[in-house]
Amino acid sequence: MVNVGLIGLGKMGLSHLAIVNTHPAARLVGVCDAAGYVCSVLHKYTGIDVFSDYREMLDNKPLDAVVIATPSRFHGEMVREALLRGLHVFCEKPFCLDVADGLELAELAERKGVVNQVGYHNRFVGAFNEAKRLLDAQALGRIHHVRAEAYGPVVLRPKGATWRARGGEGGGCLYDYACHAIDIVNYLVGRPDAVSGTVLNRIFSRDVDDEVYATMHFADGMTGTIAANWSDDSSRRMSTQVALWGTNGRMVVDRQDVKTFIRAAAGSAAEAKEGWDVRHTTDFHRDVWFYLRGEEYSAQLDHFFRSIVEGRRENISSFASAVQTDCVVSAMLQNAGDAWRRVDSASTDPAQSRTGSGGLLSLVTGALR
Amino acid sequence: MERILFGDNQFFGINHMSEEKARAQAIRFADIREIIDLLDVAYDSGIRVFMCTTHDRIAEICAHVRSHPERYSSLEFYPCMPYAHKYANAVTEHGMIEALKRFLPAEGAFSALVRGGVSVATRDVEGMARLLIDAEMKMFSGLRTPVIFLQNVVTDLLLGMGIKGAFRIFADHVRERYNAEPGFITMNLPRLLDVLEEVGIVDPIVCANINKLGFRMCGGIDLYEKVIASRRFRPIAMSVLASGAIEPREAIEYVCRQKSIRSIVFGASSKSNILNTKRLIDEYSVAG
Repeated sequence: MVNVGLIGLGKMGLSHLAIVNTHPAARLVGVCDAAGYVCSVLHKYTGIDVFSDYREMLDNKPLDAVVIATPSRFHGEMVREALLRGLHVFCEKPFCLDVADGLELAELAERKGVVNQVGYHNRFVGAFNEAKRLLDAQALGRIHHVRAEAYGPVVLRPKGATWRARGGEGGGCLYDYACHAIDIVNYLVGRPDAVSGTVLNRIFSRDVDDEVYATMHFADGMTGTIAANWSDDSSRRMSTQVALWGTNGRMVVDRQDVKTFIRAAAGSAAEAKEGWDVRHTTDFHRDVWFYLRGEEYSAQLDHFFRSIVEGRRENISSFASAVQTDCVVSAMLQNAGDAWRRVDSASTDPAQSRTGSGGLLSLVTGALR
Repeated sequence: MERILFGDNQFFGINHMSEEKARAQAIRFADIREIIDLLDVAYDSGIRVFMCTTHDRIAEICAHVRSHPERYSSLEFYPCMPYAHKYANAVTEHGMIEALKRFLPAEGAFSALVRGGVSVATRDVEGMARLLIDAEMKMFSGLRTPVIFLQNVVTDLLLGMGIKGAFRIFADHVRERYNAEPGFITMNLPRLLDVLEEVGIVDPIVCANINKLGFRMCGGIDLYEKVIASRRFRPIAMSVLASGAIEPREAIEYVCRQKSIRSIVFGASSKSNILNTKRLIDEYSVAG
């Protein structure tokens, strides 16, 4: 059995709590949140040990792993404390607001030899994995453009009281929504080398962006666009869609289905059907032991626990892969003030930026040379 | 309990197969008249129950039914609460405490409760739950609601967290205040049955995905068939067509073959689909 501690009882924390609690290989031994009211109610109705200070829980409970679902600005510190105690760590997205932190923690996790994972649940959606399988098999030929979009209802009025409305805490559509779209692009076709034309617009929020648009540039000449808007209540929940164009056809994928248009006589090795083909989630749905809101939320924690039990070190959504997403987010933040320039995603990697001199401006212009 | 229940997912942009189809339906049913027309088709075909989420727009349907009592003289509602996205989105926007405050009618009472700290808070959670149920039920005032369901996101969240007593609170309140039978919607049928039994809810009404494909039947299709045949509860089958992945005749035949299944809930967006599904259920229910 894997002894698990959970930090953070917001929306994702509660969802993780239910899923961890029912997993056959996990035992939830402690829960921590700053809201005493929520903790006391939870303790009364479930008997779970609750803490208001996460360090106290880490020090006093015989933990093997922690699940961190706090506001993003706490991730770095909490992940570090957990890793220093040799614990396996599952952390909600976005991983770290500071790329330098993220890189250091990914390295630390590697050194400690612990399982490390970030909650990019789209990597566990059947339809996105089917898309990845087709792309890896070159079903679309050489990809020349990718478009990722994420829309949903989070900020619909000019006020907001939670941390999501504060930029310094990891609020904003870029951190909350666009990072999902960026991460699924990274998963499907790899990380873009640079970004340009970043637009971070406010619609209702005072301090953070409500919509994000950017162009991505990839090593082999492929380009991409990102569009995200969390002030769109035309869909009842977040909806993420990726469209890809290749020399052999086109693909459109979301969590429900995969639509492909494969050119006749394309001669691909993949077994994709010529012309339009639509396949639904029912075709690649995998059973989970417990269902809450979507198979992917269970599947990602199952992957985490199985990796621990089986001693697997490679992970579908590791710290290292999540840092790649943070790098792109960071490049977009840099680029937003000066959107006609291109900013290297790699330039936000402090290991490289330290070699340059003159800070941000030289980074940006350096990328253009 | 009626054999055939008309569901409402299709009216609110919920489709488990395709986001595109869901959007097309949401656009079409933006006009409440479109919903009422289909409800009329279902009612006139002999379907007497509308099983619906406590979505804001259902209030419009309720008002329409209330104002035409003769037309809908034997129509019953089976409300399913809460419309979880309403709460989830509010928690995201305002934080948990503020969100709760917004949905509770007696705001003063709640503030006192939070300020009062732990001892008061834990004692009053049950009262708060009752207030939330009442708030959700307001739109059905004056209408028949013989069965009231706890929606699956909440059922399964409570189930997973192990807050077992909540099912009892819900069941008792629904019985006492609304003289109705409590029902539970779940994606985790076998696990829920164990817990309902544990908290003493006897012969519960439980609505779960039951389809030939085993789609979203946690624990597996074999276990589902076994518990349906052997455990004492009143099963309602939903998602019998697995969002269209199973051919209708085959789908209905599979569900009707399981004699313990009391009712079938289905949603459809066309007159012909409503009539065909109704006809198939009638046919296989008699054939058995």
